[in-house]
Amino acid sequence: MSVLSPKSVLFTMLAVLAGLVSVSAIAADTPLKVGFVYVSPVGDAGWTSQHDAARREMEKALAGKVVTKYVENVPEGADAERVIRELAQSGYQLIFTTSFGYMNPTIKVAKQFPKTYFEHATGYKTDKNVGIYNARFYEGRYLAGIVAGKMTKSNIAGYVAAFPIPEVVMGINAFTRGMRSVNPNAVTKVVWVNTWYDPGREREAADTLISQGADVLTNHTDSTAVMQDAEAKKVYAIAYHSDMSKYGPHAQLTAVTHQWGAYYTKEVQAAIDGKWKPGSIWGGIREGMIRMAPFNPVVPKDVQDLVNRTAADIASGKFHPFTGPLSDNDGHERLAAGKVISDDALLKMDYYVEGVQGKLPATK
Amino acid sequence: MIEHAITLFALTLAAGTVLVFAALGELVTEKAGVLNLGVEGMMLVGAVAAFIVADQTGHAWLGALAGTLAGAALSLIFAVLTLSLLANQVAAGLALSLFGIGLSAFTGLSHVGHVIDPIAPLALPGLSDLPVIGRLLFAHSPFVYLSLLLFALVQWFLFGTRAGLVLRAIGESPQSAHAIGHKVIAVRYGAVTFGGACAGLGGAYMALAYAPMWTEGMTAGRGWIALALVVFANWKPWRVLAGAYLFGAVTLVQFQAQAMGVDVPSQFLAMLPYAATIIVLALISRDAVAIRRNAPASLGRAFHADD
Amino acid sequence: MRIALEARPEPSRLMAWASPLLAAAATLVAGFMLFSLLGKNPLDAFFVIFIEPVSTRYGVGELLLKASPLMLCALGLAVGYRANVWNIGAEGQLTIGAICGGGLALWLPQLNGAWLLPMMIVAGAAGGTAWAAIPAWLRTRCNANEILTSLMLVYVATLGLSYLVQGPWRDPEGFNFPQSSMFGDNALLPLLLTGTRLNVGFLLALAVIAAGWLFTARTLAGFRMRVAGLAPCAASYAGISAKRTVWIGMLVGGATAGIAGVGEVAGPIGQLLPSVSPGYGFAAIIVAFVGRLHPLGIALASLLMSLLYLGGEAAQIGLGLPSAVTRMFQGMLLFFLLAADVFIGYRLRFRRSPGAGAIPAPAQGPTR
Repeated sequence: MSVLSPKSVLFTMLAVLAGLVSVSAIAADTPLKVGFVYVSPVGDAGWTSQHDAARREMEKALAGKVVTKYVENVPEGADAERVIRELAQSGYQLIFTTSFGYMNPTIKVAKQFPKTYFEHATGYKTDKNVGIYNARFYEGRYLAGIVAGKMTKSNIAGYVAAFPIPEVVMGINAFTRGMRSVNPNAVTKVVWVNTWYDPGREREAADTLISQGADVLTNHTDSTAVMQDAEAKKVYAIAYHSDMSKYGPHAQLTAVTHQWGAYYTKEVQAAIDGKWKPGSIWGGIREGMIRMAPFNPVVPKDVQDLVNRTAADIASGKFHPFTGPLSDNDGHERLAAGKVISDDALLKMDYYVEGVQGKLPATK
Repeated sequence: MIEHAITLFALTLAAGTVLVFAALGELVTEKAGVLNLGVEGMMLVGAVAAFIVADQTGHAWLGALAGTLAGAALSLIFAVLTLSLLANQVAAGLALSLFGIGLSAFTGLSHVGHVIDPIAPLALPGLSDLPVIGRLLFAHSPFVYLSLLLFALVQWFLFGTRAGLVLRAIGESPQSAHAIGHKVIAVRYGAVTFGGACAGLGGAYMALAYAPMWTEGMTAGRGWIALALVVFANWKPWRVLAGAYLFGAVTLVQFQAQAMGVDVPSQFLAMLPYAATIIVLALISRDAVAIRRNAPASLGRAFHADD
Repeated sequence: MRIALEARPEPSRLMAWASPLLAAAATLVAGFMLFSLLGKNPLDAFFVIFIEPVSTRYGVGELLLKASPLMLCALGLAVGYRANVWNIGAEGQLTIGAICGGGLALWLPQLNGAWLLPMMIVAGAAGGTAWAAIPAWLRTRCNANEILTSLMLVYVATLGLSYLVQGPWRDPEGFNFPQSSMFGDNALLPLLLTGTRLNVGFLLALAVIAAGWLFTARTLAGFRMRVAGLAPCAASYAGISAKRTVWIGMLVGGATAGIAGVGEVAGPIGQLLPSVSPGYGFAAIIVAFVGRLHPLGIALASLLMSLLYLGGEAAQIGLGLPSAVTRMFQGMLLFFLLAADVFIGYRLRFRRSPGAGAIPAPAQGPTR
């Protein structure tokens, strides 16, 4: 049979035509593949849960234009690099790596996949195709502190904290400054549990703080245990990461929630439009990355108003939670009156401010 | 001061009880000569089953029962592998942990984020409100009393009944026990299942009362500590209690120290419960003969009767 | 008539090879059911989990890279296990090895790699050995059971590393995040395969496997360890010191785990992090037994375990299966592997009348 029989020519032409049609269809309609790497299981509340809620929000907002995929439970360390690379290799064009420990792996993979876009949460290293994003969690912490300062009767707030990294220390300090701005006698007691996630130990830490007189709790760990313990022991608590009112309907005064959805939508849209650029975003209340959950009705109206006013002032730039005078809890002045702390100094914060009890663990 | 001591006492009991359940069960398993390292997996499966049933039915105690049964059911896998198929116990136990962690995470997926009515601490009218005594004796979680009951039961069974004697004899020398007509494999099946049930109950206590929720891996390694406690206890039930409360107390005391602002890096404080267990074990293990007397001589060895 | 197991007069050589195949068949059947239940095409699932991860050069590199620490830890543990020395703290010994090796890299950033790397490996091995010496000493001096002490020391080691990277060894340029500076190229193990992350650490693991085989099969000390494990009484009559056995069993495990720790920080990680291992020290215990405590078996079991890790990730990306499912699947596969080994020492018999007599099984477990 001749290779160039009329029939085969026809077939070939048809095939080519079909191919062309399908290729152009892909070019127009192929959704952008967006990957996410999570450090823990998604869960219902907590750090990863907020990122996943945002992923779904973005997917909904850009329905039809994106396909998303996440990989959960990826340990920080040698494995992260392979997972990130695997996503890039499988054709994911924009990859969000949502934990600090993914920083160096993200940078390494980005060098091997120059056409893929990467965004790393909470780190500080960027590249031609690596952007970073983070939120000014401390702004919400300051507002939480105001609520705590107004609601505490014992003038002791309890703080269950995971690891003494700047983000956590910043939160403790902002909380304490917010609290003491309305109640100069109040102090913060801190218990470090040395884990991000262990409901039992978080509860034990909360119990400890309550036994030492704390009547408002907050935490920087990943489970709902502190909120639930506050509910059971009839003290107040301010949730972090997620709104936990269903775990502590009476206990939760408000919550400092992380909102990444709008940011993800914006970045993915930019990538779809071919306009993505590596950014360095440190957004806060103004950008909508930090939002306070609805107040518990026990929080008096004037306190709610004060919080809302302060939030507006922070958003407009009229007020910064770390405005001098600022002393550490050894009595050394860290910032003169009227001065506003620099972002750099914030990111390197390794001291407790006045009003926090104890010494920061593991500093020189 | 007294007030503080009472609070610490109550918190210690609450923290230690998770370990007491799991460790007492494992103690019975080991006394029969079987080493099941799958405690963490069995606890998690117990926790998730308890939570799901409590969530679905609204009856938390029904959940506790489900957790117990689920722990027992999972341990049967281990029993079949090691007792009938003579697989290596150490490896099978570790594989059971891996499997249980995955199974619990998978079955619990649709229940993550649900809220249940937890099993609250006892509140006996009149009694619980008594000054000092009330909080010392009558205001703990029902699980605390249950765990003490379990302790009494295990102690009585092992050292006060004929069946307990047989179980210990089998742990000592299955060959001799078999030779005089005891059903080694059947008894070991029972001991493994009992251990699984207790671990499941411990998990249920976590998910229904201690940290009333379900999330993946919520026992956070307590199964391993429970295993270590059996060794610590030198296979004596009362020392399981002592070890569990010691471990709980040291954890809480280091938290108390932190909250008071002690100037020691928290990592060093967090090492204390582990270091304390090692040091105490070293101090009480001096008498080699006594240890050999208590440790089940056939622990971890497979047994096969050729009939 | 009933089915019973009957002890073979001697272990079957045929079944030693056939039993993994039996396990594989069982896994295929069970996996077929599991994935069908989950609404996935089982063939796709098997392909994604077992084939795809190693279908590229990079994938093969990752397989060997991840198998290396498992091989190292498991081999060292097996030396102890054969003699009934129950070190379950390889994870902690690995961590201390990483601290010691990594510490050298941080202290001597200028030193030439030809000097620095061997020093790091020696330091790591020494660190792991020292950490394992604590349970060994407590056991021989105070009778303290090494199961407890070695496990508890895992937590202590992890907290120690956490302290170091959050305190004195924190990267001064690192915005106070809990990690050390990145190591210089002089402190990184050279790559073996371009385009992959596979480094000479793998050769080291192979060398240790070979050494392990020599030790067990060809040296007097190895023979003594085996005797001590199989027949403790006979061993003591023959003048084999029980204490010596404990020391050797613990220290060898510590040394290889320590080397594995260096391999991680000087390999794929390249710095000290609060956590340097996703549980290699514990996974290695399973590897040791699935590998039947034999160096060659351990090498194969490490590869399998490594493949299971990679397959689990691939199943998340390629099939959208939650990480929970792959853990279950891994557990199942291990069950089958362990169960199938019964046919090495036993055969099925269909019989009418019960016999008598108890024969102790070949498998060993912890005892004192």
